[in-house]
Amino acid sequence: MAGLNARQGGGFGQRQSKILMDLLVYVVLSVVGVIFIMPFAWMVANSFKDIRGIYQYPPTFIPEVWQFQNYTEAWTLTHFDLGFLNSAMVAAAVVLGQLFTASLAGYAFARLRFPGRDKIFLLYISLMMVPFTVLLIPLYVQMRAFGWVSTLQAVIIPFLFTPWGTFMMRQFMVTIPRELEDAARIDGCGFFRTYWLIILPLTKPALATLAIFTFVNTWNSFQWPLIVLGKPKVKTLPLLLASFQNQSGMRTPWHLIMAAATFVVIPVLIAFVVGQKYYVRGIVTSGIKGGG
Amino acid sequence: MAANLARTGENQRRKRGAVEDFKRAFTGLRRGETIAGYLFLAPNFIGFIIFMLFPICFAFYIMLTDWSLAKEPQFIGLKNFDTMVKDRIFWKSLGNSFYYTFVAVPTGIFIAFWLALALNRKMRGIIFFRTVYFLPQITLTVAAATIWRWIYQPEIGMINHILEMIGIDGPKWIHDTQWAMPSVIIMSNWQGIGFAMLILLAGLQGIPEEYYEAASIDGASGWQRMRYVTLPMLTPALFFVIVTSLIGAFQSFDQFYVLTQGGPAHATTPLTLYIFQNAFSFFKMGYGAALAAVLFVIILIITIIQWQLAQRWVFGFENDE
Repeated sequence: MAGLNARQGGGFGQRQSKILMDLLVYVVLSVVGVIFIMPFAWMVANSFKDIRGIYQYPPTFIPEVWQFQNYTEAWTLTHFDLGFLNSAMVAAAVVLGQLFTASLAGYAFARLRFPGRDKIFLLYISLMMVPFTVLLIPLYVQMRAFGWVSTLQAVIIPFLFTPWGTFMMRQFMVTIPRELEDAARIDGCGFFRTYWLIILPLTKPALATLAIFTFVNTWNSFQWPLIVLGKPKVKTLPLLLASFQNQSGMRTPWHLIMAAATFVVIPVLIAFVVGQKYYVRGIVTSGIKGGG
Repeated sequence: MAANLARTGENQRRKRGAVEDFKRAFTGLRRGETIAGYLFLAPNFIGFIIFMLFPICFAFYIMLTDWSLAKEPQFIGLKNFDTMVKDRIFWKSLGNSFYYTFVAVPTGIFIAFWLALALNRKMRGIIFFRTVYFLPQITLTVAAATIWRWIYQPEIGMINHILEMIGIDGPKWIHDTQWAMPSVIIMSNWQGIGFAMLILLAGLQGIPEEYYEAASIDGASGWQRMRYVTLPMLTPALFFVIVTSLIGAFQSFDQFYVLTQGGPAHATTPLTLYIFQNAFSFFKMGYGAALAAVLFVIILIITIIQWQLAQRWVFGFENDE
């Protein structure tokens, strides 16, 4: 009897300590969460201030004067409309191109038998490890030779081919049951029709993951565009944002810079919230595969 | 031994078979599949040769030349590497790359580990926190660095203002040679922790519940469960995070370019930025390519060391050779 009581007491204590622990974890998570959110909140809050509010001492979090025209001013000052168009075009072209080339090659690697297949696949995997920094200089020389410097081709065409994406497609397609294809082949579908009508629809989750990854990477891409896109007409959003803050006069117009940063960040945040499931899954599966 | 013999026999058979397979691949029923295979691969493979394989080979030649792009390249052998050894800024930037990588990566993974542990608890609202911690990760680095450049402003920045409220006179952050690198590291970790956290969280979620139950039945304390179940089972995920973070850190560029431009006094010039400056500000293509080769070799060596060490500490690690 005494023992039973003691155990019950222990159980109660355990539940209590779990609640206490949960509470502690919530507090820690919230504090860290505030640290993570703070820079964004600061960015948005200050994008509405006027220049006096920016340099005012001591600073306030909430603007004393709300200046909504910061957004229109930043937009026109930096020619962001053109930047948006450039960035959107580049991202769309690269995403579609990669989906096409990677899924085709992935299907070839996963399903079709032809001489040299596994050797070529091995080559793809080993070149995945070469850092992009090594490619910068020779690729730039190549772009010059093609006459592509300061054209959007330079940031689109070399990036339509992805060893990483091909690898991912192949890994996914290998898991699709063969019977489905066999049935289609018996019904007289050619290889391309089988790929298009049977394999592609079944590959949707992997295609979505690749699409979101590629979109985010392309939209955020900075180093290579900085090197090849010299003319203002072809600049993408990250380039405009970076050059905007360097052409400051006496007082850096931080309110305008923050407005510009806000609308550059928003499309990616939307893409993330919409496609979070696929993005997270993509990271996790590539992580587990790599760690395997 | 016997297995070896059997394997050679099999290899010979396979070799003979390979020639036949090759012939058969282009005739009869398999012909269509072979052609389809090459056609499916073609768009990808052609692009891959032109924009990856060829530039990589070309880089080997460029690093042996003196080339300003305005004139024809001059072949100078290994002279670029000779220049490099005597180049004070090269050594400084190399040191900076190591400083950045070996401070940012361990601290980042340490914090990510604790966050992942916290997020692995069965509680309400976890997904919300996960999303919040991951937001900086998908924010473009240029924008993130822009925000932080302002946060770090000594006079009007947020950090020094908060420090002042609690009575601390903050440093000049990105304008101070001592504090500039820590500033970049803090910003990079704020941005990059989401990735490590997510991988570690997936690793934690992959540990079967039964292992913990078995450990509890054996009377393991919370700390012991952590030491003998969680940590060993998490090593594959940790390994992946460490390798990819190290490689990524050595290649970091954007935050340095926007946040500090490599200054003050080269205090935050990593190898990547120095390569960029040499090639695209001073137009020394050959020297830039030689520096890039050094970066590549460093990354390669560190990756190989990681794989070698992995056998000692990563659970279930097999070195395929």
